[in-house]
Amino acid sequence: MSADAPLLVVEDLTVSFRGDEGLVQAVGGVSFTVKQREIVGVVGESGSGKSQTLLAIMGLIDSPRAVVSGSIRFMGQELIGLNRRALDAIRGRQIAMIFQDPMSALTPVHTIGNQIGEQVRAHEKVSARAARARAVQLLDAVGIANPGRVVDGYPHQLSGGMRQRAVIAMALSCNPVLLVADEPTTALDVTVQAQILELIGRLRDEFGSAVILVTHDLGVVAEVADQVLVMYGGRIVEEGGKGSVFRTPLHPYTWGLFGSIAPMEGERPARLAAIPGAPPSLSNLPTGCAFGPRCAYHHDDCLVRPPLVGAGGHRAACVLPETKRRHLKIQKAAGLEMQQ
Amino acid sequence: MNAVPRERPLLRASDLSKRYHVGRSIFPAQRRTVHAVDTISLDIWPGETLGIVGESGCGKSTLGRCLVRLTEISSGSLEFEGRDITDASQRQLRPLRRQMQMVFQDPSASLNPRRRIGDLLADPFRIHERLSAGEMADRVAELLRRVDLSPEHASRYPHEFSGGQRQRIGIARALALRPRLIVADEPVSALDVSIQAQIVNLLADLREAFNLTYVFIAHDLSVVRQISTRVAVMYLGSIVESGPTDLVFAAPAHHYTAALRSAVPVPSVDRERRQRLVLKGDLPSPMNPPSGCRFHTRCPAATSLCRSERPLLQSVGDGRLVACHHPLGG
Repeated sequence: MSADAPLLVVEDLTVSFRGDEGLVQAVGGVSFTVKQREIVGVVGESGSGKSQTLLAIMGLIDSPRAVVSGSIRFMGQELIGLNRRALDAIRGRQIAMIFQDPMSALTPVHTIGNQIGEQVRAHEKVSARAARARAVQLLDAVGIANPGRVVDGYPHQLSGGMRQRAVIAMALSCNPVLLVADEPTTALDVTVQAQILELIGRLRDEFGSAVILVTHDLGVVAEVADQVLVMYGGRIVEEGGKGSVFRTPLHPYTWGLFGSIAPMEGERPARLAAIPGAPPSLSNLPTGCAFGPRCAYHHDDCLVRPPLVGAGGHRAACVLPETKRRHLKIQKAAGLEMQQ
Repeated sequence: MNAVPRERPLLRASDLSKRYHVGRSIFPAQRRTVHAVDTISLDIWPGETLGIVGESGCGKSTLGRCLVRLTEISSGSLEFEGRDITDASQRQLRPLRRQMQMVFQDPSASLNPRRRIGDLLADPFRIHERLSAGEMADRVAELLRRVDLSPEHASRYPHEFSGGQRQRIGIARALALRPRLIVADEPVSALDVSIQAQIVNLLADLREAFNLTYVFIAHDLSVVRQISTRVAVMYLGSIVESGPTDLVFAAPAHHYTAALRSAVPVPSVDRERRQRLVLKGDLPSPMNPPSGCRFHTRCPAATSLCRSERPLLQSVGDGRLVACHHPLGG
């Protein structure tokens, strides 16, 4: 595989669930690529489809009610429809996943060392002793202060931050080329989050892994990501390089997200520019643009679902005319509230 | 609302402590004690919003519950408008419950799923006021409007509401009896970002409309900064720094505040990369807190003095209190 070939290509991924009231679409035609050594931040609120997208990539949607279509190619190999055995050769070895709650990946009845060792031995033929030594090494690599002792400890003896590190150590055990992380720092305290984010950055720099990081926190994205995907109602509504998405966000939903965050420095606004309403229910998505009912610039054109358009890799699914958007940007620069 | 002279705090906590005993041994020597709240003194002034920040396990929630006497305190005293309520019985507390209310992180836990919202919201009136059914319905409708829900919502059940709407209901219930003080414990942390902003705005509006005093407990620094007039930073059961919000956030005096502040990821790509103070290690166990300054094990400026002697919370001028032997900018 050449150095600049994309690692992961997702095309028109759709995940639906058969429910009592018909088909509910959790992910609707999502396409994106992840290059080698790239960190892609996926931002969205509950029901945006961000977690289901990740689970689909990992082949972890096995509900008999689920229908997954589209294409997910990892290093050229199609993952959708791949049999369990072939998937197992990829999962854990080449693609690893970490979750919000590290306990979901740890069993309380085995030592940390055993659990990491088991992972090592599932993919490599090494002795138990070598696996344990490897576990100590990995715990050290993820910044655990006393790896020789922690390796023999049980999950309940570790703090939340240490557990998440242990899980990352487990994920790293086979040098994955892609790490998929679903809200990995959400349950952690902010000082511990800072440590874990640093670790994720190091993963890319030292181990050369690419990372897909799902989060609700734009601050986390600003911190570590290269590329940004903003999801809403099961679709990507904006995508682009971190610099352009943060400097010149195109979609009103992205504006709303930025406006919803209280600033950490400078003047405190009297009110936050919150987005009215609530994220839509997936079983009852609005026609056209899913954000329409909450959008201050909603108009008739929005009743047809807008395609992702834009230049230079920065695209948004919004039909707000460019002239109007430029006008709004000037207003924003003048400090006027964007949303009434 | 009648204004209370500025000289008298609404609520005063003096040397407040809450200890939990861990383990069940019948031998006292083998029982261990956790100082969840460790001799905290605090005044809450009418009209202010006191933000309490700190990481999990620092005792901020316990402190909040102690302040409204939802949790029995182990030692110290509490005064509400100059009246000692430390040992007030449940019966004596009853009229005070009207004055002090709480809003929780998960409103669903306090909403009976089998009862309609209107019915739930009428409870405070049933308990504290004798109203006719018609009057009660009017009051409920007004409450719902106050939190930007509609009076028609009264006939619905809790599960029919979104998380943000349920938190509005939790706030409406706290508001029902027109309290003076609301202690809000992580009221927005379970909500989506766009909904968080709505609730923060709502709390600010209600503060204006009803002359409320808030104690706002949260781990999210930016939310606390937005709503608070004053903040207190807690670490392992104690306050390490308190003062006017802008001052504490712009120029922290305690090394822990500085670390906490610099750890918050900022959603911007254009600011200069701040030199991040990444703290070493994890929070020490509250069962076995470090000697001297509790923060010395993780503090970049710790000296032998910090290891042996516990710093007192002292004024550093500028309206701020800091518990540090070597404060920043000092």
